[in-house]
Amino acid sequence: MVLLALVGLLMLFPFYYMIATSFTSGAESATKTFVLFPQKWVTDAYQYIFNSRVFVRSLFVTAGVTVVGSLFSLLLTSMMAYPLSRNITGQRFFLFLVLFTFVFGAGIIPTYMVVKATHLIDSYWALIIPGAINSFNLIVLRQFFLGIPNDLTEAAVLDGANDLQIFARIIMPLSKPALAAFGLFYAVTSWNTYFNALIYINDPDKWTVQVILRQIVILSQRLDSLSDGQQAAIAQAAPPGETIGMAAILIATVPILALYPFLQKHFAKGVMLGSVKG
Amino acid sequence: MNHYKLTGHAATTPAVASRKGRRSIASVAGKLWNERYLYLLLLPGLLYFIIYRYVPMLGNVIAFQDFSPFQGFLHSDWVGLKHFKKVFEDREVIRVIWNTLYLSFLQIAFAFPVSIALSLMLNEVRGERYKRVVQSLVYLPHFLSWVVVAGIVTVMLKSDGIVNHFLQTGFGIPAIPFLTAPHWFMPLIVLEVIWKESGWGTIIFLAALAGVNPHLYEAAVVDGANKWRQIWHITLPSIRSTIIILLILRLGSVLDVGFEQIFLMLNPLNKEIGDVLDTYVYYKGIQNSDFSFATAVGLFKSLVGLILIVGANKLAKRFGEEGIY
Repeated sequence: MVLLALVGLLMLFPFYYMIATSFTSGAESATKTFVLFPQKWVTDAYQYIFNSRVFVRSLFVTAGVTVVGSLFSLLLTSMMAYPLSRNITGQRFFLFLVLFTFVFGAGIIPTYMVVKATHLIDSYWALIIPGAINSFNLIVLRQFFLGIPNDLTEAAVLDGANDLQIFARIIMPLSKPALAAFGLFYAVTSWNTYFNALIYINDPDKWTVQVILRQIVILSQRLDSLSDGQQAAIAQAAPPGETIGMAAILIATVPILALYPFLQKHFAKGVMLGSVKG
Repeated sequence: MNHYKLTGHAATTPAVASRKGRRSIASVAGKLWNERYLYLLLLPGLLYFIIYRYVPMLGNVIAFQDFSPFQGFLHSDWVGLKHFKKVFEDREVIRVIWNTLYLSFLQIAFAFPVSIALSLMLNEVRGERYKRVVQSLVYLPHFLSWVVVAGIVTVMLKSDGIVNHFLQTGFGIPAIPFLTAPHWFMPLIVLEVIWKESGWGTIIFLAALAGVNPHLYEAAVVDGANKWRQIWHITLPSIRSTIIILLILRLGSVLDVGFEQIFLMLNPLNKEIGDVLDTYVYYKGIQNSDFSFATAVGLFKSLVGLILIVGANKLAKRFGEEGIY
């Protein structure tokens, strides 16, 4: 019991440390090496960050890519999962195509070349299309569709509905909870992904928030040095780098924290679904 | 959920399908015509798989060429296994493969048991509310990005960070260069994995533990078994098969140690020990444009990975469990 409470606190400590640091004033952090209980809670770092065009732009970019990308992924995944849950001709072949990607990856370089050949380098679509369908999600969603009783669709067929109508008017509305879960899954992945932005995006104007975070927190670059020089003038007044870094991390984590209650519920279920396999 | 298996054997092709020869072209065409809207739905996803998953697989042919972007796939010179020979002769590659395997081993040896221990502890908690709070806390890091985790670690462990300050003032230990000293690289990576993923890893074990028959514990108590003996004789044996399966499957992906985490923790000072296959392929191929060689290393990794996964899956089935496919 006690040990477990300690484990819980250990998980929590970095968060507290980040919060404390991010609200510390420049004067205070200059005199101490670290601060656990700031004498005065100030929002200098946050003001500085939200005044930084680079950071705010990266937040908008990431949010946009996340929203568009998740919807796009969700649409593509469900459109493909539905036919695979019906006995279409060639079903086994198509399923094999999907399952084979579990065991054999194409590799970083050839994938990069295809992304390049399809003119996605430095396009926001490079952050969306190459990972549009997660094979695992596709298979689990197909399992879900298989579980929908046939009676419902048969009734619709008698009413003269075609497969497109059945998909749009019956299957999709019935699957709302599952779609919400997979949408969240795609959204978190998209928000957190660093790799795609690293290799497919060279233009600093299109950097996602994860890239900016790495530049300022891990590589200790100054936020103002990332911008187009306009803000260099106010560099003198900037709060200490560490404070800014912690504040930036917290801002980039807030969306995840906001979604966390939903995530926890759906994800634990998803893990079990995956392991029990319908 | 019904009991449909992914293996595809149960994929109930209509009875007609078995009578192949007797089917006329017209009836096949008729069936396809009836399914036209389903194919329409399938098409975008299918195109995605072909273009972004299968064309790159074919793109691996450049591992057998001296690929030059100006000449393209078709006009680059074929050089057979030249690059693969280099893969096995290059000391750097051997070192990178060794780093990868060593790191995987460390993760299995240290991160994996933490999940088990944590789930045993969680399983002993009786207060439902307390349990849920702790679970929420330990799951949370799973949803953070590697940039965030590496960022926190960087700030806390740098030479004038909080951890070194604590060691200095508390124990008089001089500042330890955690982030740059090569021998600290692997322990740090493993610790990060423990912090980020061990809570999440408890889910499957907790589910297995929930299925343990409570009568077993009652009987053990009657026999005078204390808490530790109950854990040793009842709890652990009842999740043994889960542990074995997860271990086997983990072995199947022993070459995957996670690009983002490693890349974010690498710096020129620890590159020697920290470079793994994925990061090596990235540096060689994308940074140095040595496309063919990098692709050969990547293809080698994918092929070994394929063999390992198929092997692991066979092994898992031999233990009487379902594999991952």
